[in-house]
Amino acid sequence: MSDAKDWPLWEVFVRSRRGLSHTHAGSLHAPDAELALRNARDLYTRRGEGVSIWVVPSTSITASSPDEKDPFFEPAADKPYRHPTFYEIPEGVKHL
Amino acid sequence: MATAAAHQAARTQAAHATSDATGTAPGQAPGTAAYQTAFDTAVAAEERIEPRDWMPDAYRATLVRQIAQHAHSEIIGMQPEANWITRAPSLRRKAILMAKVQDEAGHGLYLYSAAETLGTGRDELLDKLHSGRQKYSSIFNYPTLTWADVGAIGWLVDGAAITNQVPLCRCSYGPYARAMVRICKEESFHQRQGYELLLALSRGTEAQHAMAQDAVDRWWWPSLMMFGPPDDESSHSAQSMEWKIKRHSNDELRQRFVDICVPQAESLGLTLPDPDLVWNEERGHHDFGAIDWTEFWEVLKGNGPCNEQRITQRRQAHDEGAWVREAAATHAAKHSEAKHAEAQDSGANGKATA
Amino acid sequence: MTTSLNPASSADADAVTAAAALALGDDALVLSHRLGEWAGHAPVLEEEVALANIALDLLGQARVLLSLVGDEDELAYLREERAFRNVQLVEQPNGDFAHTIARQLYFSTYQRLLYGRLAETDGPLAGLAAKAVKEVAYHQDHAEQWTVRLGDGTAESHDRMQQGCDALWRHTGEMFQPVDGIDIDWPEIEASWTASVTAVLERATLAVPEGPRTGAWSAGAGRQGLHTEPFGRMLAEMQHLHRSHPGASW
Repeated sequence: MSDAKDWPLWEVFVRSRRGLSHTHAGSLHAPDAELALRNARDLYTRRGEGVSIWVVPSTSITASSPDEKDPFFEPAADKPYRHPTFYEIPEGVKHL
Repeated sequence: MATAAAHQAARTQAAHATSDATGTAPGQAPGTAAYQTAFDTAVAAEERIEPRDWMPDAYRATLVRQIAQHAHSEIIGMQPEANWITRAPSLRRKAILMAKVQDEAGHGLYLYSAAETLGTGRDELLDKLHSGRQKYSSIFNYPTLTWADVGAIGWLVDGAAITNQVPLCRCSYGPYARAMVRICKEESFHQRQGYELLLALSRGTEAQHAMAQDAVDRWWWPSLMMFGPPDDESSHSAQSMEWKIKRHSNDELRQRFVDICVPQAESLGLTLPDPDLVWNEERGHHDFGAIDWTEFWEVLKGNGPCNEQRITQRRQAHDEGAWVREAAATHAAKHSEAKHAEAQDSGANGKATA
Repeated sequence: MTTSLNPASSADADAVTAAAALALGDDALVLSHRLGEWAGHAPVLEEEVALANIALDLLGQARVLLSLVGDEDELAYLREERAFRNVQLVEQPNGDFAHTIARQLYFSTYQRLLYGRLAETDGPLAGLAAKAVKEVAYHQDHAEQWTVRLGDGTAESHDRMQQGCDALWRHTGEMFQPVDGIDIDWPEIEASWTASVTAVLERATLAVPEGPRTGAWSAGAGRQGLHTEPFGRMLAEMQHLHRSHPGASW
């Protein structure tokens, strides 16, 4: 019966203030989503660090493997034209 | 069933996915050398190692051991201070103390959470604590005999802990370093409240002053022992420094702590119980007396004044809570399907939408 | 040393407000103390944090309320048992976790209704009640969540939760004795309380306790300064250090 006592792990994401996206804050254990939310509120926002919380069962997260680093992320590093600093603008031109 | 064990299995598998992909076992086969090099390079370049990166088994084991011991220390460390919550002599002090003890539970949770990223569940770590297979900081095996001890713990024990912990914010393992950043930020009030508490006593009545001095007399030496054995006897130090889990040696941090405390004690109007404590102009540091390492090893072995009491209370809280944890898990299992259906037609707690 | 306040005989408006603040302040102070006793003993670490949060909210409320009456520490540490005006429910020992949750359910439901109504008045406690009601809403939610999980959990948790609810039932009637200075519809609060608690107990598959909601001689007792045996012990522990150093600052 010891299995029944083990509460699953949840990942906690907190929006620290309006205008920002939710950021991973850590994890915690809870028997269900409702208590996970409440535990997250008590644990990760007791100093007023958040305005919104998500909790996600850790098992529901699919992560990219570090081994895929090359095919996953290197092509993106190879496209400097996606970044504004790629373009040269004459001095004095504003609002660009 | 989603159990901690299942998570652990999943995580361990994930952590080892890189070696599985090349069809070799971690830590031994031909492909490993490349991973080892990548790991060494990342550590040397001050990059953080993250949970799913390849890491040497010994690095993982060292981290689990250290983070677990740290987490255990936080939750066992609640006891000596909680001992005074119900007797705190003013409502302001009572609120501060409750908030501090609560923080320690929170810090324990952050740290267990960091340890879980290495594939070791909290239940397993708590089992090891309860059965004595993992340690917690020996300092908490000393008793809090008077109210002043709450102050001495804040000033000296938290002070020593902070000296140890600040460098851990730069630890090579990402989740541990991040937990430490949060902990150090939150702990900044812990030491100050202890100092302020002692100052009020020191400047108070004669009896209060004596209470403060007595507490400092009892906590000073155990606090110095918190930095661990001298460098030449410290078994794990060299490797941990190389892995950038540890940044400074035990003796270096101990010296730093002594140098910080001396002027603080003067401002408190209290003395530190060491006749050999003197400023050494040449070294630019304070010399201090010999630490009684026999006492340290005895307390570590279980012969301190409160070892039995602390672990018994912890075990008892855990055992007596078993029916609660089981009830909530059973309730969740019973209702998970109903709740799922309910969530589909949007319940009180909505779906996440970025 | 005792305070000069004597709510029963004082007629002016400030004194009536003070009497009300004392009653509510003592409720919060005493329950906070009981919850503080859980530190280091909670069934799971997450609950250490949750119970401490509730205790800290209540202690904060108590300090504001007692400061309206006089010096918070004099009031907390130097009054004799008979001068405390809290209801007997909050002084009851923690028991097991189910017992504590039953006490939380009964009291937080009451406190939320009371503060909610108080916030709508134009009396001197309205502003404070408006702030506190948000905290108390969370306490009530916490108690309800756990009542349902324990009631509708395992056979053991169901029995324990039922026992907790039954044992504390006789302390619930006292909460609805009108308090001087709080001008609200007390019978309406009692009816709302009963409806709310009944709904939660039903959701938790628990039976609404039967039997009297007040003891044979104890109706309104806490508010008049009559308490139960465990309260004397609680105060002895709480006040000991402060009283051992008369006049000292901390």
